[in-house]
Order: sequence, then C-alpha cells, then structure tokens
Amino acid sequence: MCYLTTGKHMAFYGSFGTVLLLLAITAPVALAFGFGGAMAARSRVAPLRWLGKAYIAVVRGVPDIAFFLFFVIALDQLFEWLRHQAKCPDWDAAIRQGNDFVVCPAAKLPLSSSPQIWHEAYGFSLAVLTFAIVFGAFAANVLFGAMKAVPRAQLETAEAYGMSHRQTFWRILVPQMWVYALPGLSNLWMVLIKATPLLFLLGIEDIVYWARELGGSKTPRFTDYPHGDWRVYYFGALLVFYLCFTRVSEIVLGRVMKRLTHGQATMGGEAQRKAA
Amino acid sequence: MSCWDVVADYGLRSIGIGERLLPRDDFTLCKQVVLIGSGMIWNVYFGILALGAGFFLATALAVGKASKVTALRKLSEWFIFVFRGSPLFIQFFFAYFLFLALKSVSPLFDPFSAAWLGALIVLFFNTAAYSGEIFYGALLSVPKGDIEAAGAYGFSGWPRFRRIVWPTMLRLAWPAYTNEAIFLFHATTLVFFSGFPAWQQRGDALYYASYFADKTFNPFVAYPILAGYFILLTLVVIAVFGAINRHLNRHLPQEHRAGVRYRPNLVR
Amino acid sequence: MNKILFGTAALAMSASMALAQDVVRLGTEGAYPPYNFINDAGEVDGFERALGDELCSRAELTCEWVTNDWDSIIPNLVSGNYDAIIAGMSITPEREEVVAFTQNYTPPSPSAYAATTDGIDLDTAVIAAQTGTIQSAHVATMEGATLVEYPSPDETVAAMKSGEADAVLSDKDYLIPVVEESGGAVMFVGDDVPLGGGIGMAFRQSDPELREKFDAAIQSMKDDGTLNAMIVEYLGEDSPKF
Repeated sequence: MCYLTTGKHMAFYGSFGTVLLLLAITAPVALAFGFGGAMAARSRVAPLRWLGKAYIAVVRGVPDIAFFLFFVIALDQLFEWLRHQAKCPDWDAAIRQGNDFVVCPAAKLPLSSSPQIWHEAYGFSLAVLTFAIVFGAFAANVLFGAMKAVPRAQLETAEAYGMSHRQTFWRILVPQMWVYALPGLSNLWMVLIKATPLLFLLGIEDIVYWARELGGSKTPRFTDYPHGDWRVYYFGALLVFYLCFTRVSEIVLGRVMKRLTHGQATMGGEAQRKAA
Repeated sequence: MSCWDVVADYGLRSIGIGERLLPRDDFTLCKQVVLIGSGMIWNVYFGILALGAGFFLATALAVGKASKVTALRKLSEWFIFVFRGSPLFIQFFFAYFLFLALKSVSPLFDPFSAAWLGALIVLFFNTAAYSGEIFYGALLSVPKGDIEAAGAYGFSGWPRFRRIVWPTMLRLAWPAYTNEAIFLFHATTLVFFSGFPAWQQRGDALYYASYFADKTFNPFVAYPILAGYFILLTLVVIAVFGAINRHLNRHLPQEHRAGVRYRPNLVR
Repeated sequence: MNKILFGTAALAMSASMALAQDVVRLGTEGAYPPYNFINDAGEVDGFERALGDELCSRAELTCEWVTNDWDSIIPNLVSGNYDAIIAGMSITPEREEVVAFTQNYTPPSPSAYAATTDGIDLDTAVIAAQTGTIQSAHVATMEGATLVEYPSPDETVAAMKSGEADAVLSDKDYLIPVVEESGGAVMFVGDDVPLGGGIGMAFRQSDPELREKFDAAIQSMKDDGTLNAMIVEYLGEDSPKF
C-alpha cells in the first residue's frame, strides 16, 4: 500500500472513467435533443417552430454554469412531482410545505429504500440529462444550419421525382446534412469535453473534485501521508489529460471529416478529387 | 424602502460604491435584480477589454500560424493548442498560482493576483487563442484571385495585408467571431466562481446570484435573474456585431451578404 | 444531488425490527476536518462520522453517508435528496427559518483568527474566510478590515500562508490542527470570536419524527457522557464540552 494506491486515489482514477462514460452517453443524447430541436425549429406548425427556436435561443444565451447551478434540483423535483401525480392521487398533504418539497414515499426517485447504487445511477442520469439539454440546444443550432446548407436543388430534384415531404427529409436531407454539420458538431464535442470540470456542480464527484480533495494540504492527524499544497501537481495531471484528449479527438474527427467529404459536391470533396 | 433607494444603495456595489454591507434579510426581488445587475458590470468589463485586446493578438496569431517561419508558426500553434485544448477552469487555477508565485519575486506583480488584472489576462489569452484559430481558418480561405488582383494593382507586403487580406479575412471570420464574443461573455462568470477570490464582496453577477441563492436557500429565483441578464447581454452583442458585419460587407451585392448567423463554430 | 456513497454506517438491525426500516441518508460535506473529511480510503471520517454512526445505532436506524457540496447542501435537503445534514453546521436564526435543527451536539465553540505573525492589527487587516459562512458575514461587518472570500476552507488557509491575506477567520476547531501541525509557522492572533449557537443536525421541517429520534439520541449521549468523550477524542482537550 503506497500513497498512489490509497482508496482515495483509486476513486480519483475511477472518476476519469466516470467522466469518459458521461461523455460517451451525453454525446448521443445531446445529438438526439439537437435533432429534435432542429426539426421543431423548421417545423411548419407555428407553435412547434416557436418552441424549437425559443429552446435554441434561450439555452444558448445563458452561460452553462447558470443552468448547472439549479437545473438538477429542478429536474429532480419535476420528475418526482410527475410520479406523485401518477402514483398518489389520494395524497392530500401539500407538496410544497414552506421550503420543503414533499412527495408521497412511493413517488420518491429513487425510492428511499433502494440501494445506494440506484441513487448514484439516478444522480448520474440527471447530470447526463442536464448536459444533454444544454448541449442539445447547441447541436440543434448546428443541425438547423446544416439542414439549410443542403443545396435546394437536391430537395427540388427529390420532389420532382415525386417524393413526399417526409421522404425528402429522411432520404435526401438527413443523409446529406452531416457533412455540413460535422465541423460544428466536432467543435461542440470539444466544448463538451472542456465543460466536464463543471460536473461537480451537478453532484458528480469528477476528476476536479478529487484533484482538489487530494491536492489540498493535509496534516498528519487525518492521513498517513501528510503533505503541503499539492493541488498544482494534480491540476497539472488534469491539464495533460485534457490536452491529450482534445488532441486525440481532433485527429479522429479530422479523419472522419475526410471520409465524409469523399465524393461530396463541396470544396473539400473537389480538392480530394483533384488530389487523387 | 422603495426600489429606487435600493438602486442608489446597491447599483454600484460591485465596484465598491454605495452600501458597504450586502442585504442580510428581506431579500426582495428588487434587491436581487439590482445587485445581480450590479455584478454584470464586471462581466461586461472583462468581456469588452478581453475582446478588444484579444482581437489584435488573434490577428497576430493567425498570421503567425500561417507564417513560413518555423519558429513563429510553432509558437502560434502551441499557444492556440494549449489555450483551446484545456478547460478555462484549469487555466484560471494555474494563472492564479503563477501570479502568486511571481508576487514573491517582485512587488511589480502585486496587481496580477487580483481579478481585475489577473483574470483579464487569462481571458485575453483565451479569447486570442480561439479567435486566432477562427482568423487562421478565414485567412486560408481568402480567395486567391483577390491576392493576385492586389498584386496587379501594385500592392505588396504590409499595404496588401492591411488593405486587402485583413478586411477579407475579417469578413469571412465574422459570423464565427460573433459566437466567440458571446461565449467569452459567458466565460466571464467563471472568474470569481473558480479562479480568483472576491475582495470586500465585490464580485460579478454569478457571485451575487450565488450569494442570494445561499441566503434564501432557494436557487430558483437568483439564477433565472442571472440568466435573464445574460440573454439581454447576448442580444446586445448580436446587435453590435451584426452592425459591424453589415459594415464589413457593405461593398458586396445585396444577395451575397451573409447575415451573422449565431452558430457555435468555434466555442469553448 | 450527490449520490456517491462513502460507506454504510454501522447497521443497527435489532432482531425485533419487524418493519423494514427505510434507510436514513445523512448528508455531509467531507471537507471540514476534524468534523468531517474523506480519509485515505476514500470514506467519510471524523467526529461527525463517529457521532452519526453512534446516533443511528442508538435510534435503531440504518444510516448511509452521502457527500454534497456545501453551497447546495440545504437546497438538496429540503428537496428530499437526503434526510439529514450533519456537516459542522452552526445553528443560526436564518437557517432555522428553512430547516429544523436538533439540539446542539457541540457547545457554542468560538471562531478564531490565525496568521503567520502575531503583529497584525485585525482592525485593518486583510482577512480570508470561506464564502457563505458565518465567519465571512462577520468580517463583512468589521469597519476597517478587508474581507477576501474563497470557495473552500482549505483555500482560506492557503491564502493566509501565501500572504494573500494577513489572517484567516474560521471555526477554532478547524484551525487547531492547522496551527498545531505547522511547527510554529502559523499562530492564533487576537481574541476568539463567539459566533453561532453550536452545531446541530438539520432536518426538513416537515419531518419532525426523524428529528425527534436523533434529538433523543443526542440527549442520551449527553446524559451518559459519551458525547464529551467523543469531543475530547476528535476535537481535542481544549474544545468546550457539555
């Protein structure tokens, strides 16, 4: 047993996994939110269109940190309230009692008798959902722009072939928009990576939480390994981690872009054709 | 106490003018709106100065990254990589740590550990790196024909850059640069939150919002007020940058003018 | 909000408990030694860990420890994410409007200033305190002193040591180990300041039964002297006792 293998350090190493897992789940969920938002924003039903545009404009106009500070509690209360309405119609006590938010025991999320692992999983999914709502608005904006960037002639041709509106959307527009969306989406991915230090606001014990906890100066009374203020070394490790992670992402996304532009009627595709 | 009295007492509290003590009881909506608004002074201060100074460094970085001189190119590339590749949160931490260390070297560095200068420098470098990358991309897309035409008119060297390349680069980069400006303003909320200590309870909008959330134990009032202020600020930024965009594109035929599309091309 | 588990409290499962007792979730900060901190094994440890486990066993409850950021520790309690706060929280009138406290389990203990030299005029000094604590509120009311706020107690001490601040104002119990382990580099200065009305556990106001159970358990620990013994063990001989 040495300093670097204490239970606390193990939790620190584990938190890198937590962050990566969260990114892996959040990215597709945020993309789904974005797709929904973009579809709503270009809907022909006016209220749906307003809703989509408002979602994009409001969420993007506000610093993400402001959302993170109250969104998790808000979402948690919303879900418990909904469950309360469904499960306890006979409950007569008020849900808001002064400052307290009290729902019937059957509506608690997760149930207070459930094992700790469910509490953790629930907290984690709330964090994923909050991230997805915030970054979904950015994704919606990128996809909205990408859908507009697909040449009109392509859509007109499809309609000339007798495709319905829905068919044109799914068979022509959606497959073609990705190449226009990818630069924006890869930037969004980078932004998402760099927003993970704010995870501790959402109640996830992430790498920044543990780096702070481990790096703070320790007196011999509370630990076998007393040391001074070592935060700079732990944050240095985080810096290296983030730089490597963004660098690898850049390289991978560059390759994907190359693949996608292949054979496309864009400047990039034309350049590839000439080079070949 | 009417709301105007509150404005007189707390309107400039964030820069140390007015009532010394923050409200300690009776947290009315008016007090929250005024004090959080007072904090916005700092967000605007950081945003405008960092953007203004960052603009020039960004141009230099873009030119440096496109330069044929290896040393210049490498230097610009690394600067951009480090500041774009790491979270601002961590940049603030290291900057504060560095400035504290420098302080013991010479009293010259004393003001650097205060937010008004230290955080401003971090934000300045940060926005310069992001904008530098945007400008670099735009620089590469300046049409070859423009440069050849400039040569035919006898332009070369600095005048060619100043009169032909630079304006075209700005025009191409402007929509993405607008987004960068918006995100820089958002990033200013991190200054007192993670990086720099607040002196005499003078902080930015987020500092006061969390003060109220802490005192009232209710996050559902103060943070939405903060959000409202930022939506307003975002609208102002879009309006100002839109006006500049129209100015940059004024010579183009109407249908070729690209509107400022609020798209997160290069954001943090 | 925060659902990470650091260890399950000693289970007080008596055979007579026919009813399946719900788990009581205890929220703490985990960053305030000696009251509560994360030990090398990554578990909640300290005075409040020992106290909480003992209270749970006396009240015949099954308890679980949860850590939460200090800033949102009360909103998460009233929102129902855990059932009690046991985190070195001083009983103050403002907090009593929102949550219900048990009787105090430490006597009102003073706050104290610590600095690197004793020649400091506290009336004009730069004083560091943690944001949103009774100490920072106190320094804000001092006419000539300059308040500088940091998000965590650790950073306030770091600021005092680095010279950013002349002194730090904090709970004396928190500063005692800092001063004692510094080998003379850090010392107490000025007089102690009496702030707060002792530390208690906080509950939702709508949850009086649970509060009663813990209140009774604290009373029984006061009566048989185990609480005093625990204070001496974790907070030191000098800390005030009942």
